[in-house]
Amino acid sequence: MCPPTRTPTEQETHGRHGRRITDHDANDINRVEELSYDLKIREVMSADLRATSPEMPLAKVLDILRTNRISGLPVVEEGNLIGVLSIEDIVRAMMKNDLSAPAEDYMTREVVTVASYDTIVKAMRTFTEKALGRLPVVDENNKIVGMITKGDITRGILVALQKDYKEEEVRRYRASHLFEDIISERTTLVLRYTIKAGDFTQGGKASSYIKRALLRLGADPQITRRCSIAVYEAEMNLIIHTTNGGILKLEVEPHRITMSATDDGPGIPDMEKVFQPGYSTATEQVREMGFGAGMGLVNMKRCVDTIELDSTVGKGTKLVMRILIPNQTFGGRREGQNDEPSTNH
Amino acid sequence: MSEQNFRSGLKIVKGFFNPMHLKDIIDIVDGTPLNPDVDMNIKIRGGCGADLMSDVLASIQPKAVLLTGLTNPQVVRTAQIAEIRAIIFVRGKQPQAETLNIATQENMPLITSPFGMFELCGRLHKAGLPSFESHVPTD
Repeated sequence: MCPPTRTPTEQETHGRHGRRITDHDANDINRVEELSYDLKIREVMSADLRATSPEMPLAKVLDILRTNRISGLPVVEEGNLIGVLSIEDIVRAMMKNDLSAPAEDYMTREVVTVASYDTIVKAMRTFTEKALGRLPVVDENNKIVGMITKGDITRGILVALQKDYKEEEVRRYRASHLFEDIISERTTLVLRYTIKAGDFTQGGKASSYIKRALLRLGADPQITRRCSIAVYEAEMNLIIHTTNGGILKLEVEPHRITMSATDDGPGIPDMEKVFQPGYSTATEQVREMGFGAGMGLVNMKRCVDTIELDSTVGKGTKLVMRILIPNQTFGGRREGQNDEPSTNH
Repeated sequence: MSEQNFRSGLKIVKGFFNPMHLKDIIDIVDGTPLNPDVDMNIKIRGGCGADLMSDVLASIQPKAVLLTGLTNPQVVRTAQIAEIRAIIFVRGKQPQAETLNIATQENMPLITSPFGMFELCGRLHKAGLPSFESHVPTD
């Protein structure tokens, strides 16, 4: 079992404090690694425990090992783990032609164990540190409850990934298939919210609803985030700057999301300045609330793919923003590429 | 993934998953949780300090704690949109009742700390919490 060369531990390579974790490393952490910290040993170990008593003759133990194709057995006395007997121990006995001796004569008494409530990372570390292939698992009272091998860990991770995958499928199926199930030349889901002027208490509620709706529709988290920030800024603008409030509308299509905010006044007099960072006409009261820093439109522009602002003083303002969805976020095929007449250059 | 990679990957995760939980943060800032039933085990990955909500929306990455001097309901809404995991009010500020209502409804932990913004940012940063504020792009 013992490999001839051992890879240096992280501690030997990087010193006692280990390697510094950069944001870049953190971003690279994948689901398998996460699972290694989530899964408990008891969830992946084999609880179907084959063990031997201390009195069992080695010849019989050898039989158990052979028929079950395993390389070691825990030695258990009244539920307590007192040792481990491996093929190597039996080989020692064979060399002395002593196979009739009881297991306890040849077993290894210093047993490395792991606790059932530990995470599988602990088991993996122990496998590496002790160069062992299988470990007895004990519970809080030090009673043996199972065995764990590297194979158990691999299987456990695969099962957990499978479960993740299924959950993800179900989650997406709930609403995201809306666009696949309904056949039309162009399916659009419209969400519409009336926003009252000066209603700061409710401010942001519509955006929260929109965010939730997008996630339910199976939108990519990144796209959801961009969309939420853009509509939130737009919603706050309707609350802060309009005379009578306005309408916030979201049109979701498989290939893009269109957000619009429409009001009937007062209109924007300095259209050329509104996209300048820091330009603001907000009142002191609004600024005290943390808004009106002149970053609203700048933020929106950053989050969306296209933005159009149309305003007439005395009449009103219409803001239209679009986020293009690069692939099948909503489960539907990307028909948007073909459903508009292509312009030939 | 080779076993070697996997192992070193796990070491990386060890630091990453040895993160700050909300209870650690509350200890560091000497804070008082304001809403009932706060999950103390929420993982916090970074921090951001701002009194301008548009700064929060413009600069922050998800899963951060927000330090702010504002206590109106919009702070909670903004935090929600920006995927912030907890809000700490500086200088012992108490939120308006409506703010607390929305926060409780939306599961956003609110904490008040007696320290000022600079002191709080300093404490958390020193304890190893990275800044989740992104830099302003230079044109």
